[in-house]
Amino acid sequence: MLLFLLDLIRLLGGDERRVDSRTIYVGHRSGSTNEAINPPKFCDNRIVSSKYTVWNFLPKNLFEQFRRIANFYFLIIFLVQVIVDTPTSPVTSGLPLFFVITVTAIKQGYEDWLRHKADNEVNKYPVTVLEDGSRIRKESEKIKVGDVVEVDEDETFPCDLILLQSSRDDGTCYVTTASLDGESNHKTHYTVPDAERDLESLNATIECEQPQPDLYKFVGRMHIYTNNQEPAVRSLGPENLLLKGATLKNTQKICGVAVYTGMETKMALNYQGKSQKRSAVEKSINAFLLVYLCILVSKALVCTTLKYVWQSKPGQDEPWYNEKTDTEKNIPLVMLTDFLSFMVLFNFIIPVSMYVTVEMQKFLGSFFITWDKDFFDPEIQEGALVNTSDLNEELGQVEYVFTDKTGTLTQNNMEFIECCIDGFQYKYQDASSELDGFCVTDGPLNKLQQKAGREREELFLRALCLCHTVQMPSPPQEQRGFIASSPDEVALVKGAMRYGFTFLGLESKNMKILNRNNDVEMYELLHVLSFDPVRRRMSVIVRSRAGDTLLFCKGADSSIFPRVRQEEVERIRMHVERNATEGYRTLCVAYKHLSEEEYRQAEEGLKEARLALQDREEKLMAVYNQVETGMSLIGATAVEDRLQEEAAETMEALQGAGIKVWVLTGDKMETAKSTCYACRLFQRHTELLELTVRTLEDGGRRREERLHDLLIEYHKKAVQDAPSVKAANQDYGFIIDGATLSMVLNSSSESNSSRYKNLFLQICFNCTAVLCCRMAPLQKAQIVKMVKNSKGSPITLSIGDGANDVSMILEAHVGIGIKGKEGRQAVRNSDYAIPKLKHLKKLLLAHGHLYYVRIAHLVQYFFYKNLCFILPQFLYQFFCGYSQQPLYDAAYLTMYNICFTSMPILAYSLLEQHICLEVLLDNAILYREIAKNAMLRWGPFLYWTLLGVFHGLLFFFGVRYLFSNPALQDNGQVFGNWSYGTIVFTVLVFTVTLKLALDTRHWTWVNHFVIWGSLAFYVFFSFFWGGIIWPFLRQQRLYFVFANMLSSVSAWLVIILLILLSLLPEILLVVFRKPRGPRARQVELRETHTHLDSLSLSLTLCLSCSHFSLLFMFSMYSKCHDRLSIYFGLFCFLVPPKDSSFLLILPTIHVFPSEMKYICGM
Amino acid sequence: MMASSYNAKEEDGHPSGASNHGGAGATKSRKPDNTAFKQQRLPAWQPILTAGTVLPAFFVIGLIFIPIGIGLYVTSNNIKEFEIDYTGVEISSPCYSCAKNFSSNNTTPCLCFVEFTLEQPFESNVFMYYGLSNFYQNHRRYVKSRDDRQLNGDLSALTEPSKECEPYRKSNGLPIAPCGAIANSLFNDTLELYHIDANGSRNIIPLVKKGIAWWTDKHVKFRNPGGNSNLSAVFHDTTKPENWRKPVYELDTSDPDNNGFINEDFIVWMRTAALPTFRKLYRIIQKKSSTTPTLPSGRYILNITYNYPVLSFDGRKRMILSTISWMGGKNPFLGIAYITVGSICFFLGVVLLIIHHKYDTRNNSSADIPN
Repeated sequence: MLLFLLDLIRLLGGDERRVDSRTIYVGHRSGSTNEAINPPKFCDNRIVSSKYTVWNFLPKNLFEQFRRIANFYFLIIFLVQVIVDTPTSPVTSGLPLFFVITVTAIKQGYEDWLRHKADNEVNKYPVTVLEDGSRIRKESEKIKVGDVVEVDEDETFPCDLILLQSSRDDGTCYVTTASLDGESNHKTHYTVPDAERDLESLNATIECEQPQPDLYKFVGRMHIYTNNQEPAVRSLGPENLLLKGATLKNTQKICGVAVYTGMETKMALNYQGKSQKRSAVEKSINAFLLVYLCILVSKALVCTTLKYVWQSKPGQDEPWYNEKTDTEKNIPLVMLTDFLSFMVLFNFIIPVSMYVTVEMQKFLGSFFITWDKDFFDPEIQEGALVNTSDLNEELGQVEYVFTDKTGTLTQNNMEFIECCIDGFQYKYQDASSELDGFCVTDGPLNKLQQKAGREREELFLRALCLCHTVQMPSPPQEQRGFIASSPDEVALVKGAMRYGFTFLGLESKNMKILNRNNDVEMYELLHVLSFDPVRRRMSVIVRSRAGDTLLFCKGADSSIFPRVRQEEVERIRMHVERNATEGYRTLCVAYKHLSEEEYRQAEEGLKEARLALQDREEKLMAVYNQVETGMSLIGATAVEDRLQEEAAETMEALQGAGIKVWVLTGDKMETAKSTCYACRLFQRHTELLELTVRTLEDGGRRREERLHDLLIEYHKKAVQDAPSVKAANQDYGFIIDGATLSMVLNSSSESNSSRYKNLFLQICFNCTAVLCCRMAPLQKAQIVKMVKNSKGSPITLSIGDGANDVSMILEAHVGIGIKGKEGRQAVRNSDYAIPKLKHLKKLLLAHGHLYYVRIAHLVQYFFYKNLCFILPQFLYQFFCGYSQQPLYDAAYLTMYNICFTSMPILAYSLLEQHICLEVLLDNAILYREIAKNAMLRWGPFLYWTLLGVFHGLLFFFGVRYLFSNPALQDNGQVFGNWSYGTIVFTVLVFTVTLKLALDTRHWTWVNHFVIWGSLAFYVFFSFFWGGIIWPFLRQQRLYFVFANMLSSVSAWLVIILLILLSLLPEILLVVFRKPRGPRARQVELRETHTHLDSLSLSLTLCLSCSHFSLLFMFSMYSKCHDRLSIYFGLFCFLVPPKDSSFLLILPTIHVFPSEMKYICGM
Repeated sequence: MMASSYNAKEEDGHPSGASNHGGAGATKSRKPDNTAFKQQRLPAWQPILTAGTVLPAFFVIGLIFIPIGIGLYVTSNNIKEFEIDYTGVEISSPCYSCAKNFSSNNTTPCLCFVEFTLEQPFESNVFMYYGLSNFYQNHRRYVKSRDDRQLNGDLSALTEPSKECEPYRKSNGLPIAPCGAIANSLFNDTLELYHIDANGSRNIIPLVKKGIAWWTDKHVKFRNPGGNSNLSAVFHDTTKPENWRKPVYELDTSDPDNNGFINEDFIVWMRTAALPTFRKLYRIIQKKSSTTPTLPSGRYILNITYNYPVLSFDGRKRMILSTISWMGGKNPFLGIAYITVGSICFFLGVVLLIIHHKYDTRNNSSADIPN
């Protein structure tokens, strides 16, 4: 993504700015006097995060909206209605579409207005600019590159600045980047050496790279011109760059020159929309839509064809009583027009409102996550955060969880446990004194066996006190708190404190230490060779009062051991490994005495490397590596990273839910393995399959061969013998490290590579837990991607807290950020953020499960209700000469999805708890019931579709037989076609609403209100709509139709009958559905499925019997009324043969649901 | 210890509100409200339909539906209905010549007489319907071809009828009143019924033409422009529909409350039928006294003024005499349906009872074992 962005920037840069660097004239003064200023053009300091302006909002927003395929489809339908003479007025589809478009536009407009407001706040913020010696107040957006800007304490920087002058005398300033990456610690930035003079006369140019989004990288060079001398060159690094958005702290004011402004600042470049993640449910919806589109088109085709067959009979097309108008006679492409008209008539089968409802359900539903008080963490005073609501239901479908270790499984709350000096173990034992650990002065070191020399002890402790980047909060607080980017360092400094060496702080490059004798020692901090994950170590070079130059280095054992004298290693290695297996994080500490000569060399090297514009990182690394050699090992530390609360329970629950947990960590294998055991990801009986550098080096053969052999062997064990293994209940755990993984993925030969990858995946899929250690961030993403794209494309979830997890969080289907201590990057890039790992259990098992069930039901129900809405209208075409006469009035057609049936399903999809939360949490196994998109596969879809067809047939033909004698009132008066449609529609509205009521397992007052309210509203509306002669209507079709219908006893009877008959199979199924609810659940879990089979069989039998007799009744009736069998024959066009086989087909349709339910366990 | 130091830092930042990352509401407490709604713990009724609760329902439904069904069936069977096709397709049919020789320009109406015998007397009020088959009153082009505004007495719509009425909107430059295909094809056969008594003389049976249309249609939906008086003046600037023999203000000159747009025959016709085979109420034969039947059994003659052509589209015309019960006309469907559904429910109830019985005992035994 970043690369792409960079490319884009380069592309946009065009010809004029293809240079890799930009030159900035500080204060707009030309560098050398003889050179004319040719100020390059840079963008101004306006931040534009908004998408629209007042002028382009309407066209641009409409364009954006109609790019969605569904909206476009509805627009086409609407246009067809406007252009072609269609049965329903354009209002019926135009109104819902207009509603959807308007609501979306208003929402997007509001969001954009908020963005405008935020932009303005930033852009109009007053700043002080030094211009020609005077201080001018300006609006932030008017800052140009090269302006010298003054910033006061607690203000945010208006653009990216190079620090020139600070009010602090040591030429530093403190900055928090909380709003950029969430790290709330104070970071030190330095002024450019020599530039800290009179700014008015400063004559300098800055050459720096073109803007790029990496917050932590900056390379530049400053040329300072003094009167006619060679310009002095100073290197610029990220430590000189103050980023827009960061806040100045602990410093009264600073001056800096703007280098990147507006949209070119690093903050703006990092502001990018995350790639759209789509949930599996959405894919299902699209597939279903396609099916329904096919149904729609085939319905229209059938009707068009039959229309022409019907018309070919003489006298049918244009009888004397119904002549065509001249325009109708001359319509070009009559067939096409007819086809389009039928499309329009049936287009309600694909509902506009489903999109609205789904969107609303997702948007509103996601609030339940933020509102959940169980996700509230009192420690950080925050609850869960939802960054996207599109993936709610995906939380119920997770098959693989990729978790980071540090900060996720563990607390990242370090505690110094023990240390080892020269091979002697020191353990701090006195637990009671832990509270005031630092004041223990005499005998703090508890020697277990023997003591190392006092000198070595003190050297070790001094090393701990000096070799770090910890800062003291500037107003010294009562409670000793330290600020550091890594909690390990705090733990070490505190550990040293306990043993009598207290770090007092850094004052103008002097580190102060209070030693055991309460004397203050001062060390001049010369250089910090900062930590990076490749070197896995950091060093400081200090000069003591006595003038000795010392280098202290601490780092991972693997990076320290090769750099120290080998005879020292063995003594300590044992301790380190033992500590690692106990689950502690170990660091080795080494030191080196630098001679004057060595130091000079090192300093020069560092200076040179820091000045380099190109490849500065590599050059620095080389110098670091050169300096950090030949050290002598003093000791090692062990820091405990405690497990997160309920980490083990959470992992167990996830595994119980059928989710496979993979731990991806950058930590070393032993530590990670012990964490896995502690989290019960690995059990005692789990057989571990290791594929690490160490196992590869066993046997002394070539690594490649060994890898091959091991892969085959493990594959045989875990995959091929799997069936027998399952019986023996043998679990496998798989361990791989980064180096081996890259060997697997990038094997020398192409064919091997894909084969290894396959073997590797197969092994992994058969293991209960997989541990990947020593992973680089990118490798984490690689693994996620590999699993994501493997067969069956399982749904993946990544959870992590640090910047190193961002890549895998972005890669997985669902990314979860933990609001941990390693900054906010993970949270910002995640889809959901939770304070603690333990919350994952509720998020998946309860929220995810419910969201999935809700939305799946919502989708299926929507398709169902529109199918049985439109099917009678389709069937009516057979009785009205295929003339596209709508069965229902336009008001009903429009309102059906908007008003009459939308609210109950929305309430259901927000509130339904088919199983209550506690039970879901207690029985992780329930999660498996909905795995693999169980409720949205073709089986359930077929069931719902058949249910819709059944209901549609029943509604239409039930009323049709009633209308064989339209004299339905006790005064002998007859009903017309609108009464027919109204009766069908009444049955329809009541049936689909009551069907939902039957499915509702959790009746809150809201459900009661909307379900009964909708029905009441329908009745009320029908009275109202039919009760008035509407002046704006051309035809008063429904005038008193509804009231007259209710005055007919027969209509009442048929409505009741049809509703009951449609719901009868449902009621039966509900009875035989697996029992739900807290108590029933327990019983059910013990229940075997054995007699469910016999149950379903008998159910099938009686259902088919009932429907057989029902159809027998219909056919009997149609036979005794001879003329009716004609219509029955028409109906049989769907199911060709007329009599017996037809009777056999329908019962099977009704039997189907029963089996389906059992198969799917709905 | 260390955790607390981190806490201190966080809390220090809080009052200023600046140190926290720039989300909205950073200053206010973020603790979610502990309300039942937000915690998804609204009190809820969780119905569990079990065999136990549904079984009685099935029996109850069965027990209610079967009697209703029987009642409906008996009622429907008790309704007397007589139907006679007078289209005149066959040569033997009395109206054959009328049907054959039909031409729209005929000025002299064609008369024919159909003789029939009622086997059973019709006791209560008898309703006379005319029925048409293969007549697509529900064709879209036909259904929309009307102007309800005109029919409601709107004067502007009278002179300028809706476009929907095309091609029956204007004739010779004058607006048609009532416009549209429905009005144009008004059923205009006249039916008269004679009873032939024992001595062979014909007695005309009085046919009531009021009360055949919906009350609301007659009194609200259909209105004459400018009231019911002086209709010929109001309709002066309009012309009659092409197929009509007389203008709308002469539909029933005998009764001003049944003339013009509020003529009940016209209103009945304007309510388009749902299916291509339909019947419409034509006249009511009121019961005269409690002792004699409305229509005693015997021979009758139906006197038809044959105006309405249906053979061109293979249609049929019928005359139906029917008594009416509380459920309307004769229709055995509801009765059969109710009996069937009631029986199914009862049958299912029995089956369920058996299954439930077995299931329950097994369930109990298996649940007992672990305890």
